[in-house]
Amino acid sequence: MSTIKIRSKRFADYTLVRTLIAHPMETGHNKNNTTGELIPAHFIQTLTFKHNGKVLSQCQMGYGISKNPFFSFKIKSAKAGDKVSISWQDNLAYSDTQEHIIS
Amino acid sequence: MNSPLFIFCLWINLLISSSLTWASPEQDRKQIQAFYQQLFPQLQLADYAQGVYAIDSDAKNSWQAIEEFPPYEFALEEGKALFYRPFNNGARYADCFPNQGIAIAQNYPYWDAQKQSIVTLASALNDCRLQNHLPALPYTKGKITKLLAYMAFTSRGQLIRTIIPEHSPQALNAYEQGKAYFYQRRGQLNFSCASCHIDNAGKFIRSEILSPALGHTTHWPAYRLNTGEMGTLHRRFMACNKLIRAPIDAAQSPALRQLEFFLSYIANGLPLNGPSTRK
Repeated sequence: MSTIKIRSKRFADYTLVRTLIAHPMETGHNKNNTTGELIPAHFIQTLTFKHNGKVLSQCQMGYGISKNPFFSFKIKSAKAGDKVSISWQDNLAYSDTQEHIIS
Repeated sequence: MNSPLFIFCLWINLLISSSLTWASPEQDRKQIQAFYQQLFPQLQLADYAQGVYAIDSDAKNSWQAIEEFPPYEFALEEGKALFYRPFNNGARYADCFPNQGIAIAQNYPYWDAQKQSIVTLASALNDCRLQNHLPALPYTKGKITKLLAYMAFTSRGQLIRTIIPEHSPQALNAYEQGKAYFYQRRGQLNFSCASCHIDNAGKFIRSEILSPALGHTTHWPAYRLNTGEMGTLHRRFMACNKLIRAPIDAAQSPALRQLEFFLSYIANGLPLNGPSTRK
C-alpha cells in the first residue's frame, strides 16, 4: 500500500492537486511513554512534485511539520491526462513515490 | 431488620429508583431532543451528527475542508483489508456479523439477553476474535479503530436504531445506569457529563465550544487532530473523565457501555457519519 494518496480537481484557470502522506514525522524530542527513552527523529526531508516528468516544486522539510502531512499544489496549464508524481525521502533514507493522472 | 437505618435505606432506595424511573427512555429522548431544539433552533435533528461543528461555523469550514481529503483514509483502507483477511482457521471478521458486517453499525449497542450485557460494535469484534481463538484487541486505539472505521464507513447514512427490549427490566436497568452515570457529578472538579454537554452546551470552555450530548455517538472512530491518530468513543469517554479529574473507567467497562447505551438511545434517528475527524 502506498503511503501517498493524491487527488486532483480541475478549475477554470488552475488545477488543484492535493496529497496526503502517511508518515510518523517524529521530531526526535518525543519520549516513549513506557520506557522513557527518546524516540529517534524520523521525518521527511525532501518532497518532490513533478508535472509530466518536470520538477515543479521541491520542498525542503524539517521536523516542524505534522504527522501524516497534507499538502496541496495549484498548477496552471494542466490538462486532463497529464501525469503528476509526488515523492518523498526521509532522514532514515526511506522513500516513496506515487503517480496520478489528472482526470 | 426493622432498625431505623434499614427503613431509611429502603426509603432512599425507593426515592432513587422512583426518581430514575420517572421518565421512560422514550420520554427522555424526546425531552432531550426538545431541549436542544429550543437551545439551537437553527438545527435540524440530522445536523447534530456533525457534533460541535453544527454550532461552530468557523471550525465547521476547516472541518469540511479536512473531510474532503480526510486523514482517516489510511485507517479505512487498512481496516477494509483486515476485515476480509482470513484468520488462521479460514474464518473472517465479516463471517461473525449479520449481513457480513455491512451497514450494521446503527444496531449497536444492543442488549444481549443471553449474555446479560450490552454488546457494542467494538466488543462484538473482540467476541469474534475470541470465538476464533485469537487474543482480544485493546479497545482504545490501534487495530480495532481500523476495523471500526471500515464498519462505520459502510454504515454511513444509516439512522441510529438503539432498542431497549420490552419486558426486559435488565436492559432498562442498564439504560438507567447509563443515564445516572451521565448526570452523576464526579471527580475533583465535580462535573458530570451533563454539566458541560447539557447545561453549558454551546458555551465556551476556554477556547473551545462545548458540544451537545445529542450526536456524541454518531461519528466514531475519529481521527483526533490533537493526538494525530484514530481513537474510539470509549477512549474519548476516558479522556473526558481525565479532564474532570475523575477516576477513569476502562474502555468497554460496564459503566462506559451503559453510558454509550444511554447516549446512543437518545440519539435514535440520527444518521451515522463515522469515521470522522475531530479537533
